[in-house]
Amino acid sequence: MSIATLFEIVLAAVVLGLAIWTITVSETYSAAVGFVAYGLLVALIWVRLDAVDVAMTEAAIGGGLGGIVLLGAAARLRESEAMTAERPGRVVRLCAAALSASIAMVLAVAVLILPDPAPTLAPTVISNAGATGLANPVTNVLMAFRAMDTMLEKVVLMLAIVGVWSLASDQAWGGRPGPRHEADPNGVLAFLARLTPPAGIVIGIYLLWTGADHPGGAFQGGAVLASMWLLVIMAGLADTPPVSSRSLRLILVAGPGVFLVVGLGGLCFGPAFLAYPVAFAKPLILGIEVAMTLTIAATLALLLAGAPERSATR
Amino acid sequence: MPPPAPTLTTTTGSVLLVLSIVVPVAGVLLAFALGDRYCRLVVFTVMPFGIAIAAAILMLLPLSEGHLVYLLGAWPPPLGVALRADGLSAVMLATVAIVICAVAIFAATDFRPTEAKTRAPFAFWILLLAIWGALNTIFVGGDLFTLYVALELLTFAAVPLVSLDGRAETLRSALRYLLFALLGSVLYLSGTALLYGLHGTLDILLLSHRVSVEPGALIAAALMTTGLLAKTALFPLHLWLPPAHAGAPAAASAILSGLVVKGSFFILLRLWFDVMPALPGFAVPQLLAALGAGAIVFESVVALRQERLKLLIAYSTLAQIGYLFLMFPLAFGASGRLESGQALAGGLLQAISHATAKAAMFMAVGSIYGGLGHDRITGLRGVARALPLSVLAFALGGIALMGLQPSGASLAKELLLQKAMSTGQWWWAIVLQAGGIFTAAYVVLVLAHALAPADEPIALISPASRSRDLAALALALCSLSLGLMPWEHYLPLPHGGALKLFDLDALSKFLLPAMGGATLAILLSPWPHPLACSAVWKNLMRVLGPFRRTCLGFGGLVERGDDALRQWPAASISLVVVTLLLAASMFAANS
Repeated sequence: MSIATLFEIVLAAVVLGLAIWTITVSETYSAAVGFVAYGLLVALIWVRLDAVDVAMTEAAIGGGLGGIVLLGAAARLRESEAMTAERPGRVVRLCAAALSASIAMVLAVAVLILPDPAPTLAPTVISNAGATGLANPVTNVLMAFRAMDTMLEKVVLMLAIVGVWSLASDQAWGGRPGPRHEADPNGVLAFLARLTPPAGIVIGIYLLWTGADHPGGAFQGGAVLASMWLLVIMAGLADTPPVSSRSLRLILVAGPGVFLVVGLGGLCFGPAFLAYPVAFAKPLILGIEVAMTLTIAATLALLLAGAPERSATR
Repeated sequence: MPPPAPTLTTTTGSVLLVLSIVVPVAGVLLAFALGDRYCRLVVFTVMPFGIAIAAAILMLLPLSEGHLVYLLGAWPPPLGVALRADGLSAVMLATVAIVICAVAIFAATDFRPTEAKTRAPFAFWILLLAIWGALNTIFVGGDLFTLYVALELLTFAAVPLVSLDGRAETLRSALRYLLFALLGSVLYLSGTALLYGLHGTLDILLLSHRVSVEPGALIAAALMTTGLLAKTALFPLHLWLPPAHAGAPAAASAILSGLVVKGSFFILLRLWFDVMPALPGFAVPQLLAALGAGAIVFESVVALRQERLKLLIAYSTLAQIGYLFLMFPLAFGASGRLESGQALAGGLLQAISHATAKAAMFMAVGSIYGGLGHDRITGLRGVARALPLSVLAFALGGIALMGLQPSGASLAKELLLQKAMSTGQWWWAIVLQAGGIFTAAYVVLVLAHALAPADEPIALISPASRSRDLAALALALCSLSLGLMPWEHYLPLPHGGALKLFDLDALSKFLLPAMGGATLAILLSPWPHPLACSAVWKNLMRVLGPFRRTCLGFGGLVERGDDALRQWPAASISLVVVTLLLAASMFAANS
């Protein structure tokens, strides 16, 4: 048994154990912490499977931003948790556990009997990479071959923003999302919020840029930028923008908007909707990705900030 | 109908399919960027374009042999994604365009941009366009993953509509809806991943040639079906629907009940009739229809026991969703696969009839609620005189659903009944008739209360709005005249029309369910009848009294059972059990 196999076995055991612990632990806060750790470890599994793009996304969303949402919710629920002692009975829980385990088993069987080697489009994707001039196959799939799905996913993100904002009270509509954060200007958080963003922003831009040929891309870059912005907001160094701000709205629609315009360009001047002329494919795709990175960064940060709570002037 | 040969080229005029998605999506982005004041304007600008596109697709389709294909980015599947339209897509596109426009007109005053900025108009208009775009994507998407994205788009557009008024109670319904819909998404997505692992493509046409009876495909089918059932709210996976649809503002309820549940239902049709018609075997269609029958009986009884009109209609939506699933066993042919024939046409027609009629009824109830300030059935006396147009729209929508010719529902019922007889499945014919009678029951119940004369004139808290009532009325009339449309160009109907309109027994086919419905309404509704003081009623009760008490007791039991099924533990366990049952019956059928 090689070291790598041993590592994989240990990793699998830890992930499974952590998953079971996360489900069974009674306190919401602990479950949230368990889930964050779980997300980070699952990212490691993706690395082992050579899916670095997926790993980065899982770490950013499952471990990072998703974790912040869960921990925030758990902190809010902590006071009321003791009162809602309503738990399903033992029989129901055992029944649910048995049924869920059988579903998991069915899924495991289904995955194990998949054909090996798996039928895959990977060679086709690589042999068609010339059409875009980008070497990262994941970026090619996302931005060229299945561009429609990516564009619509960005609209989904925007709808999530509309959904979160629609939770505002009418008085606060148009105001700034989330509470005003106050932190000790000489404290650790403020120090970190001054120290990290310059490096973080560079890393975010690098992830976007390198996504053309190596693992990375708009989503990963956007997630890093979002976390930098959030850090600054949480340290009280900057405030969230009012949701009625026109420039904020423009940033939030920039990604899908530019995508749509380029797509329509392909319809008017090229062979099809979302087709790129070979000569300009790379600059066009990069242009879309820049817009998307900004949109994703703003969207993720604002999703975490929550619904408008305060009027814009305060 | 043999499966069409794989078309891997773009057909002429199919750019319309792209536009049917791009135009509403562009509207969403524009409305978001322009902000509160211009949202409504954007929607009303997009509307004529959307209608024109749907109409153009309807006209173009028969000219291009019933199929339109567009290769996005000029990449042919499996590498790229294709958009495809057939007759089913075309009629659904048109239905959605009509219902959305009627709802927009209905909502124009409720959600007008005001000086005092409020969030509700902003959210409503954007979400309305988003639902339009999402549904169009579902109807023309040719790839299972694109359909997943569209389904997400639909869910994320529908959930905020539920809590638009911001009350804590509706927020809870919205959260319930979101969580259960996400469970459905996860199941659908894992099935999709399995199919990709098996065949290396998610293109519907390519998959239909590659899928064979194998364990992986059966498991994928079970997972995806359950996920879609959860999103369609088929009994017993319906915990989220009644509070969500009853709590939303009227215009939103009309969209949610009329259109949104049809999105996941349409994907289910694509899955079973296009991707894997040979997989289900005999048992799965029977199981689906049995759940549908359960929905019809359970939810109709619960609907008749509701005091609030909106809840009554929400529960009846559940019963009618069940009705849609009766087509599956009827479509199961002698060849051992699901056949796109008369049963599919009947089922889709029923979906379209329900979309138009139910939206009209929710809008009418919204007007009644707006006028009276409440929607208690017992307080409806005299409302027909105070709000005649609203009650008329409700009545016409209800009559269309009950199956008065030439409504779409009557044509659908006729098609399904014929098919049930020709395949010898008489038990589904009984359920079909029962579904019709239960529909009649709640329509008659509401009308009996609304048409009863009031002791004193009703004081309306806000005057009736002509445009709102006309929008509801137009939709109801549309549903009532659906039977006259030239369906044979789009749906697989039997040759020669096969259906005589206005023949002699048409009236009896309408009146018998109506009378059965009236009886059921008397027996099952616990609320005091508006004519309770009359001599006829007292005589009737002397005869029926004990029997009615038994029926009411039975209704109470059913309601309690339904209540238990709509708790989180029971609903989640049902979800898993349905998945396992579907998988097991497919394995049994194919072993």
